[in-house]
Amino acid sequence: MNLLQFMLQNHVEVFELTLEHLWLVAISTGLAVLLGIPLGILITRRPWLYKPILGSANIIQTIPSLALFGFLLPAPWIGARADRLAILALMLYALLPLIRNTYAGIKGVDPAVVEAGRGMGLTDWQLLFQVELPLALGVIIAGVRVATVISVGLATIAAAIGAGGLGEYIFRGLAMVNNSVILAGAIPAALMALTADVGLGWLERKLSPH
Amino acid sequence: MVTPNSRAAVEFRNVSYGLNGGSEVLRDLNLEIRHGETLVLLGRSGSGKTTTLKLINRLLTATEGEIRVDGRPLRDWDVIRLRRMIGYVIQEVGLFPHYTVERNIGLVPKIEGWPRDRIRQRVKELLILVGLEAQIASRYPRELSGGQRQRVGVARALAVDPPFLLMDEPFGALDPLTRVELQREFLALQKRLQKTVVFVTHDLREALLLGSRIALLEAGRLVAVHTKQEFMASKDPLVVAYKQAFDTGLGEHS
Repeated sequence: MNLLQFMLQNHVEVFELTLEHLWLVAISTGLAVLLGIPLGILITRRPWLYKPILGSANIIQTIPSLALFGFLLPAPWIGARADRLAILALMLYALLPLIRNTYAGIKGVDPAVVEAGRGMGLTDWQLLFQVELPLALGVIIAGVRVATVISVGLATIAAAIGAGGLGEYIFRGLAMVNNSVILAGAIPAALMALTADVGLGWLERKLSPH
Repeated sequence: MVTPNSRAAVEFRNVSYGLNGGSEVLRDLNLEIRHGETLVLLGRSGSGKTTTLKLINRLLTATEGEIRVDGRPLRDWDVIRLRRMIGYVIQEVGLFPHYTVERNIGLVPKIEGWPRDRIRQRVKELLILVGLEAQIASRYPRELSGGQRQRVGVARALAVDPPFLLMDEPFGALDPLTRVELQREFLALQKRLQKTVVFVTHDLREALLLGSRIALLEAGRLVAVHTKQEFMASKDPLVVAYKQAFDTGLGEHS
């Protein structure tokens, strides 16, 4: 059976798994944005937190994904359902690019612009929201883009703990030694990653000053 | 806004500024700046003139001594209120690149809660005051020339009509013709507005042209505060060295 036949025959399942995959990625990336951007801002304000926070995000990034799923398994509430577990793990992986890019974006704002803002009597919040974040937005979106693309790929592994998504086909195909089944998972995942990359890349250019 | 009284506008008493454990950038400064005067801080790079300026609007905090603004010690001021009554102009201008000229100039008035019409009116007024066309208001900083940018920088600093103006080599990055133009306009403007201005420069000609008094700094110490006449007549070796450097400079050009 070739790939096209397989996908046509199972189009309902393909669609469901794609939605599941999308959901895992969207929720985890969304949570990572909500957590990572404030953390990135925080370390521009409290320099002594830079090393512990960025260091932790870095260490998480070095843990192999299967091992991370394993480590999180005993966690209360989280460990009770595979999709919660997968979302937490994916969120943790997405943190590093978000924290790093938020920090780099804000630190990359022309010091003269920041000095002028301070000198004219902007409060720290006004400086952040009127000047620093708008000017850092392009770099921050670039972080969201990297995080999303990584997340789409990593989410396929979530199938190993029963969280569903397109990884189902990849693992099933591996077990069946059937390339068509593997591709039925891999191709939609790749398309999803490409779409996210192109879409967020467009947004990044649009929101970058100049 | 200028309150004519005998008190100094800004007063430095035994002020020092040093980096943590490091050498002192400014040592034991005693200086009075009077209401409505243009005091020029003159000196070479690293002499402490920019440091002195930033101590006034608390972008830096003195490690020793006391600074008073309008007779009140700096630590008693709310730093945001203090900065809003002190216009700040720097060489790099630092316009907000994502805002139009109008929003750049109107930002502090907006934060201060001015109604929109009043802000628009004020922006127009300020643009004319600094010699720009009113239709420039909708442009972005990147669409302006260096001279136009610095004019907008001055307009922005004047937005809420602050009684003080701090200027850190504002014309230093401009071509000589534009610089002369802006210097002349600054003089005319200052004659009208009578702000208390502290002006940092390393250019003796600029200092003599613009300053009511000149404070010469060298290696973090105040050498002397002179009027133009006193400065030209001074026999202080450091003042003489400065004058000679510019005499030779002038000789080469003419």
